[in-house]
Parts: sequence; structure tokens; C-alpha cells
Amino acid sequence: MTLELSHLSRRFTDFAALDDVSLTIDPGEFVALLGPSGSGKTTLLRILAGLDYPDSGSVRQDDRDFLATSARQRKIGLVFQHYALFRHLTVIENIAFGLRVRSRRLRPPRAEVKARVQSLLKRVQLEDFGSRFPSQLSGGQRQRVALARALAVEPDLLLLDEPFGALDAQVRVTLRRWLRELHEELGLTTVFVTHDQEEALELADRIVVMNRGRIEQVGTPEMIYQQPATPFVCEFIGKVNRLVMNRDQGHLAVGNWILDEDPWHSRYGQALAFVRPEHLALSVAPSLSGWSARLRHIYLAGSVAHIDLYVASLDQTLEADVASEDLSRLGLHAGMELYVVPRAATLFPQIRDGTTINQDRWNWRAASTTPT
Amino acid sequence: MSTHASSRPVRWPHRLVRGVLILIAVSFLALFLLLPLAVVFTEAFREGVSAYFTTIKQGDALAAIRLTLLVAAIAVPLNLVFGVAAAWAMARFEFRGKALLGAFIDLPFSISPVISGLIYVLLFGAQGWFGPWLDAHGVKIIFAVPGLVLATVFITLPFVARELIPLMQSQGSEEEEAARVLGANGWQMFFRVTVPNIRWALLYGVLLCNARAMGEFGAVSVVSGHIRGLTTTMPLEVEMRYNEYDYVGAFAVASLLALLALLTLLVKTLLEWRYGGEIAAHAPGGH
Repeated sequence: MTLELSHLSRRFTDFAALDDVSLTIDPGEFVALLGPSGSGKTTLLRILAGLDYPDSGSVRQDDRDFLATSARQRKIGLVFQHYALFRHLTVIENIAFGLRVRSRRLRPPRAEVKARVQSLLKRVQLEDFGSRFPSQLSGGQRQRVALARALAVEPDLLLLDEPFGALDAQVRVTLRRWLRELHEELGLTTVFVTHDQEEALELADRIVVMNRGRIEQVGTPEMIYQQPATPFVCEFIGKVNRLVMNRDQGHLAVGNWILDEDPWHSRYGQALAFVRPEHLALSVAPSLSGWSARLRHIYLAGSVAHIDLYVASLDQTLEADVASEDLSRLGLHAGMELYVVPRAATLFPQIRDGTTINQDRWNWRAASTTPT
Repeated sequence: MSTHASSRPVRWPHRLVRGVLILIAVSFLALFLLLPLAVVFTEAFREGVSAYFTTIKQGDALAAIRLTLLVAAIAVPLNLVFGVAAAWAMARFEFRGKALLGAFIDLPFSISPVISGLIYVLLFGAQGWFGPWLDAHGVKIIFAVPGLVLATVFITLPFVARELIPLMQSQGSEEEEAARVLGANGWQMFFRVTVPNIRWALLYGVLLCNARAMGEFGAVSVVSGHIRGLTTTMPLEVEMRYNEYDYVGAFAVASLLALLALLTLLVKTLLEWRYGGEIAAHAPGGH
């Protein structure tokens, strides 16, 4: 089933949770709604679940008015952030709940309910925990019970609200992989809400980046990371260095870094440049273009090292990533002087009042990458 | 107590403090609770067991018992429904005047029961606002059973609601939302999810409400008119017999009232003992 959300708006007393949001969700897709808290992603999920309603706009499922369908008739599986397991029911009773509340006509026979619960328990690897109460389970186990409960009603659409938010890092990674495999196996249209960009990048087929009730960008993880559409996406996804460029003798420049090209033909006097840490090239030998910087600190994080560089001419600290094995090759150590130059950047032109013109963004790549 | 003393050495000044505190607590309880309770029963049986049962079997005593049970049987279910509805509204919805509703629920606790009774006399009494109209239509409220029920409902209104509101607020509505998305209708959600989650608080509320409904004196006294065998509940019967110097009779009825109260306490303790673990597991934050 294709879900078509058009022009959804939802206002709460003092702010707009959703502001003219349109989105199409294709059958079998794994979609992440990504954004900071207050961006409207949870409101959007609750509207799909039938727990909240927009003030205006529509949701169509193929050619049916989805909003006119009650929560109980939408065939939805919802996993709450804190699982919302029924605390007075055992794991088995929790999973069977959605089947047992059906009207007699639609309720599967007792034996079939039992069989379905057993197969779900097996799927979520909790065969031995069926008679436990939620309070006797760990966080990861509760999460899987919540998932089994949602799957028991054989939904057309699976919704997950911050599915890994309340778990510790180790369990989170394992469950993430497991969920991805489950999705590939079932092919169920899945929408999940997260504020964790890493989670979204790793899991989703498509990411919807939201901010202040609006959609900033929709695209594959690769697109979102490589070609961010707005300054917000640049700063929200991954780490980034933010530089303010001014026009200097006809060229956009910040300090000693001067761009020869100009796709805007001098239309804009200013631009914001975003440079990812891995796109900063370091060299010990002086170079003409680029900034001289003092290496402040090296944070070794496994295969990659994060480096803090202070550029005195800009009075700004930049972050660069280098492969750990290059640390000794370049002889990097805290306190040394270095030369830094961007190899790639995303630029947004700015008009006089500081507003960025996002549709004119420019993904700049250095003509020939300086070897480091 | 002894396990504590043996597991951890206690220096003597602390032991002294502990001993004194326990002594104060126990003697206070004995003086103000156990002694009066003992008096009730000894006075009731002063002239022997047969005198006790004779006086209880007198017509108006039985009528008073019946009336007390009837009033409680009407007032408690009404306040059960009201309490759940009010707690639901307070815990689940945001609306104008919510704080005011909360304050009104507490009103019966904060004003004197005599005034509560008087309000109904002023409303429904012969000289009251609706008195003449009610009289013309042959409806009797004051000095009749409806008045007793009204006064009792008013007095016992806060018990169930006050037990439920903080619990339902802390539990939140996620489980109910989960039930709805899983396809439960309103009644299924209420009886399969809401009620099981609040059942212990609900039971406490009902027990307390019941104890007060049977024992209420002040408000009931004002609206009753003290018509023997018709509008005297047990507390009123006790007072009337006492005023008539029928001490054995007064204490006999009083002992029955005390027994009802003790029974309530016993039920509550038994439930706590039997389901203690479960109650703790369902307490907010306990899971």
C-alpha cells in the first residue's frame, strides 16, 4: 500500500508541530523520520497511528481516506518508545492481546492464536519467556515483546517510535541489525522515528529529515549525507565545520582559502560553507591556499582519529578526521603547526539579511585533491 | 526489631532514643485507639451476652443496620463511578477549570460535615429553595432516605477520586493507546487495561469510602430528623440510645459499627498480605 501524506499541519497551543508536510511512502519501504526533539516527527507518527489528528491536510492509503479510518481499523503495528507493554499481562497475553480483542467473527480460533504467539516468540527469540511479566524482562527483551505484539495483528504498516532510544549501546547495535533483517524478511512497510542520525543512516532506505515541523530533505542515506539540501541538514547529519565566506576581490574566500570558481556569477556577496572533518586535508609542508593551524588535541577513536585544529587567522577551531595509521606517518602530535585546506564543501549563498538561498546550493569539490 | 539489633550494634544513647520513641507510639495508640475500642465492647457486654443480643434484635436497631447498609450500597457505587470518571478526566485531559475541579473534589474534606448536611436542608428542606416544589410533587428528601444518601454521597465523594488521580497521572496513557492501536474498543481498553492497572488503588478507595459511608454522623444527623426505624442510621442510633441512658444498647450498636470497621481493615490487610508483591510490582516506577 502506498501512503500519501499531503499538506499536513498540526498546531499545539504555542507552536506548530507540523507545518505543511507532504510525503509519499511506498510499499515495503523502510523510512526514518529524523529530527531533533520538537521537530514534529513523533506527531507525524502519531497521526499515522490514529492517536492524533492533523488540523488540515490529508493522508490517503491507495485511494482510501486513511484519516477517516479509526485507529483500530488501520491495520497498524505500533511500538512505543517505552514499549507500553501491559504490565498486568504475561508476555504471551501481551502478544495475543490484539487477536483476543477482535470481534468473535474475526477472532482466530484459540489454537491458532496460540500457534501464532508461539511462532512470534520464536521469531523474537523469547521462547522461554512467555509466562514472564514485563517487569521481569530486560530492556531489549521488552522491546522485542513490543515488536511481537505489534506484528501479531499482521499489520500493513509498522510504526516505531524511537525504537532503540531506551537501550544501552551494545543491545542497540544488535537489535538494529536484527530489525533490518526482519524488515528484509517480511517486506513490511516500516516508518520509524529517531533523533539518532547514525541509526537512521544505517537502517533506513529513505530518510526524512525534519526540523520545526517542516521537512528539510527526503532522500537515501547517501544523498542526505553527501548532498545535504539545507544548512540544517548539514549540521544535523554527521559532524561538520561551518565557515562564513565573504567576497574578496571578486572571489569567495575565508582567510587564505579562496575559491576560483563561482557558479553564482557574483550574485551573492556571502556564503556559508560546510566542510566535513574527513574533507579537510592536512599537510606539514606550507601550502599557498589553506590555513595554518595549531594541532590542539588528538582523539583516537579506533580506526579514525578526530583532530582539533585551532586556526588563529579565523579564530576558529576546526575538526578533521584522519585514518589512525596516518597519525604516525604524518608525525602528528599535539602542539605542532599544520596546514589545512578543504577538499570538498557544501556552500549555501546568503543574501544580505543572512538568509541562505538553499535551492542555489553548490557542492564544491577540489579540482585535484592535494595528497596528504 | 531484634534482628536489627543483632545485625548492627546500636550504642546505648541510640537504644534509649529508640525505646522512648517506640514507647510513646505504642502508649499513644493504646490510650487513644485500643482503650476506647475495648470500652465499646466491655460496655456492650456489661449485662451479659443475652442482653447484648436482645438489645440488638430490637426493631429499630435492625432497621438502623439495614438503613446504614442501604445508604452505603447506594453511595459507594455512585462514588465509584464518579471517582473513576473524575480521575480519568483529571489524568487524561487538559481542560479549562481542571484545577478548580481538583479543588472541588477536596471540598468535602475541608468543610465541616454539619455544613454539608445543612446545605441539603437549605436546598431541599420545607423552607429551602426547592422545598415547596418538591412538596407539591410529593417528593420527600429531607428527613427521609434520599437526604441521607445525598449527604453521604457528598461526604464520601473524595475517597475514590483522590486514590486514583495521582496513580493514573503517573501511569500515563501509553498502555491505553497501545490497546487502541491493537484494535481494542473503548470498553475493552477500559476493562482490560485501565481497570487492571488501577485495581488496587480502586479497591482501597472503595474500602475507605465504604467505611466513611457507614460511619458518617454529622452531615447525616442534620438531614435525618431522627425518626426511629425510618431515618436513623447506626451512628445516629448510637447517639439516640446514649441520650436515652440506654448505655448497653448504645454500646451494642457501637460495637457492630466497630466490627464493620474492623472487618474493612481486615479485608485491606488480607489483600495487602496476599497480593503484597503484586501491589509493589504495579506501583508507579516499580516495573
